[in-house]
Amino acid sequence: MLSLIVFLPIIAGLIILAVPSSQKQIIRIVSLLAALAQGVLAVLIWKDYNPALPGITAGPNGSPLGSFQFVERVPWINLDLAGFGPLNIEYFIGVDGISITMVILTALVSAIGVLSSWPIQKQVKGYFILYNLLATAMMGCFVALDFFLFYVFWEVMLLPMYFLIGIWGGPNREYAAIKFFLYTLFGSVFMLLVMIGLYFSVTDPVTGNHTFSLVAMATQSNYIKDAILGPDNVVWRYVAFIVLFIGFAIKVPMFPFHTWLPDAHVEAPTPISVILAGVLLKLGTYGMIRINFPLFPEVFQAGMYVIGIFGAINIIYGAFCALAQQDLKKMVAYSSISHMGYVLLGLSAGNSEGMVGALYQMFNHGTITAMLFLLVGVIYDRAHTRQIDKFGGLASYMPVYAGLVTVAWFASLGLPGLSGFISEALVFVGAFSSVTTRYIAMVSVLGIVFGAAYLLWSLQRMFLGQRKPGAAYDVVTGDDGHEHIHFHDWNGKLDLDARELTMLVPLVIITIVLGIYPMPILGMLTASINKLVEVLSPVVLSQL
Amino acid sequence: MFELPSGAEIQSIIASLKASVGFFIPEIYLSVLFMLLIVIDLVTKSKKNILLSLITLSGLTGSLFFIYQQHSLQSSEFFFGMYVLDEFALFFKYFFVLSGMLAVVVTMADDQFDREVKSIGEYYALIVSMVIGMIMMASSQDLLMIFLSMELVSFTAYILTGYFKKNQRSSEAALKYLIYGAVSSGLMVYGFSLLYGLTAQTNLIKIGIELAATGADKSLVMMLASLLIITGFGYKIGAVPFHFWAPDVYEGAPTPITAYLSVASKAAGFALLMRFFYVAIPHSTATLSSIVGIDWVTLLMILSVASMIYGNVVALWQKNVKRLLAYSSIAHAGYLLLGLIVMGKFGTQATLFYLLSYFLVNFGAFYVVILIANKTGSENLDDYKGLGKTMPVAGAALTVFLVSLVGLPPTVGFIGKLMIFSALLAKGSVYLWLAFIGIMTSVISLYYYMLIPLNMYLREPQQATGKAMNTGIVPKVIMSVLMALTIYFGLFFTSLSDFSKYSSSLFGIVLQ
Repeated sequence: MLSLIVFLPIIAGLIILAVPSSQKQIIRIVSLLAALAQGVLAVLIWKDYNPALPGITAGPNGSPLGSFQFVERVPWINLDLAGFGPLNIEYFIGVDGISITMVILTALVSAIGVLSSWPIQKQVKGYFILYNLLATAMMGCFVALDFFLFYVFWEVMLLPMYFLIGIWGGPNREYAAIKFFLYTLFGSVFMLLVMIGLYFSVTDPVTGNHTFSLVAMATQSNYIKDAILGPDNVVWRYVAFIVLFIGFAIKVPMFPFHTWLPDAHVEAPTPISVILAGVLLKLGTYGMIRINFPLFPEVFQAGMYVIGIFGAINIIYGAFCALAQQDLKKMVAYSSISHMGYVLLGLSAGNSEGMVGALYQMFNHGTITAMLFLLVGVIYDRAHTRQIDKFGGLASYMPVYAGLVTVAWFASLGLPGLSGFISEALVFVGAFSSVTTRYIAMVSVLGIVFGAAYLLWSLQRMFLGQRKPGAAYDVVTGDDGHEHIHFHDWNGKLDLDARELTMLVPLVIITIVLGIYPMPILGMLTASINKLVEVLSPVVLSQL
Repeated sequence: MFELPSGAEIQSIIASLKASVGFFIPEIYLSVLFMLLIVIDLVTKSKKNILLSLITLSGLTGSLFFIYQQHSLQSSEFFFGMYVLDEFALFFKYFFVLSGMLAVVVTMADDQFDREVKSIGEYYALIVSMVIGMIMMASSQDLLMIFLSMELVSFTAYILTGYFKKNQRSSEAALKYLIYGAVSSGLMVYGFSLLYGLTAQTNLIKIGIELAATGADKSLVMMLASLLIITGFGYKIGAVPFHFWAPDVYEGAPTPITAYLSVASKAAGFALLMRFFYVAIPHSTATLSSIVGIDWVTLLMILSVASMIYGNVVALWQKNVKRLLAYSSIAHAGYLLLGLIVMGKFGTQATLFYLLSYFLVNFGAFYVVILIANKTGSENLDDYKGLGKTMPVAGAALTVFLVSLVGLPPTVGFIGKLMIFSALLAKGSVYLWLAFIGIMTSVISLYYYMLIPLNMYLREPQQATGKAMNTGIVPKVIMSVLMALTIYFGLFFTSLSDFSKYSSSLFGIVLQ
């Protein structure tokens, strides 16, 4: 079942390859069907998932599958390396509490991305082939339990993303696309070295061979003592942790590796921004949780406060940058940086509350930011500009739009009753209760204030008041005597149309429901996070 | 005074020669093919001789059969230790015959030959003779044989490079190639003579034994000899600082020859370097510190690091695709050297694997470059603008090949890099810094490789030509097959890896 959810988009991509490029509607519908089928599968998986099983490491009796669910494990490559021995790579996928939430998020966001791609007219066939390739790679990353497999999916993401930004992007797209590519590749090549090093350091307790299995790697007793990344080689373990962390931090993106993100977002077309912010950034923090922390727990313990400090910088620096932006999309992009800071802060707390909060924040940020970028796309389609000062008084002319923007903006700033509040609250509860991150948390709280500032300020400038001089639209008095606004070059419905509502309403509902009753997601997370915290705890580490 | 050998001695020499000929069948077969091609060319005179190319192709295919038969023979030396047959040599025999075949296929696709060349006759014969020369390079175990086979390859390569006689660039390239080649092989022979002076032997195995026994390998003379010899080898593999010929030659030569030189001739250099390095230079593979004498490992490290950095960095500024691929090939020589430095069975396996992947991908890339040049008449980056739309299959194929050259999954190039870096890290942290440089330079390489897809897909053509850019069905099939193989071997590489492992045994030395 998991294989199907991973490879459905690529199957759709192959079908599209056979469709003549003039049949744009068929191409779109094939992609949509694949995305919807993915969604149905995600729901089925969610239904059958047993939240009591923790996952994370190998089982108590050393069972190599651990307590992962929906596991599929077949040998993929078996080689004999001269003078070294066998090399085994497995097609090993499965989910635990951490990955299942991300699987659901990915299915959701990819489906919404397809809907959002509907208006794209340029090279539709190529677009959807790349889009589907990207969707497969993202999903694959979240379910892969073999490091090699993870790495392949991780790198396969880069090329489609490069072209999706580079061909369908804005005026400065070449620069943004190559910057994205170089930054992420720079991060991931080090991952390759660490992966090889880990392979030489870890043995599968059952077969005695070296293994790429992340489950085996997450169990410290499987390490060879004097191997390059074995417990005796303290220095190299620190180095490995740091380069892995940087690789993932580039994806998050964490200050000071964040500069590719605003460029990529500003140039990317709306659906790609949605995918980028909704799913891709989560891969960074997911990678930390799945690989960085459980594989090198003692380094994590030593570096918790550093991660926390970077989290705080992200929160505050991102918020300040967002405050200064004139371009609405750039503001949302910086708000993403700020909100991913909460995830880092929650992780750095190292306790259940903080980590559950971080994971929940990942999910919520995925849905909320998807909403934000969709809403930015809506206004950009109409006005062909995103400059905040080109609007004013929109609320009275586009009430539905304004209403949804308000919900999304409030969710983003963490208003109680909406999902963002719960995750941010949990993050702060966790960070305060941990001695190492207490003071960092105190500083970070300021981020909420600045967050409220830039969000409310932009809301006020765009939606309240009167039309500003030089605005992107004209106010005309219609036949019925009411005032309307008119965008140049826009003949569609002024307020949200049916397709836009289909994309946005489910997200709004999710945001509200999860703000009131978070258990559907939290319930799945808890067992895994408790296990992770146990693996990372100093008490367990001292017994090694 | 020179004494005539006695009757019995002559008898035994003849017997030994007779026994040796049995090991030499593929080479004899190819020599016959070479002569046959010249005769056929004399008999049938026509401008673009499709018959000739088909005969070459089928003749080379036939030689694969004879090479395959050699698997049943015991790995051994013959012709008085001049020549060896082992799994390592067999690997390169296949490699060179296949690259000869691909060179023919690529030549058939190149329209420039119709314009520039009056008679294609000796061209194919020369390709075959280069195959023979390279096979001999990979199998030589004697300084004299090494020199002879290297010169055979070089002279053929000079002629092939200048095959467009009326084309100034082609002639310039040939002349440059000749001058550089002459100087470096002269230096190499000087190194050989010093080595002979030290050991009084020309056989590589005996040289190794002699050096180890006398400790002469620590002497200053040996240092000089090593430096001189590495000049010759470095020139053949195109490593920095012996690379100066490469960009001009690759740009000026007919593109099929560029592809042929950048893959096959480089591989021949590596075959020679590996055999010489492993067999003639005494070393123990137990630990790094116990390598005695002039430190070949350090020399190769310098070459490797310089090639990776120089090749990748200078490629950033190139505006001509052939020149860009020339610098990329310098960089790849650096990656290949990494496998040698590890100096073990694993490293050899990794190097051979990398060669296979490079073979597939580089030929593919040059093939597409030729197809594009047929339509646009240019190899400049600027003229690639908008090609993704007008030539969709070629664009996709070239992108896949370039991604593989960068070393990204799921392509065979990634597995090649993975093998090389694994071989380095399997030795612990000693070579980690080399892996680090390799990794960093491949990130740099991404930028210039991506310039090509960037122009093809992200930019609009300068003037709308409106011409249909149909390459025809055969090239489309070939491109698709090469592209599919690049991805297939990136996901399922067991067969290639097992073959490389099988081929990593050399006669006369046991690698760890």
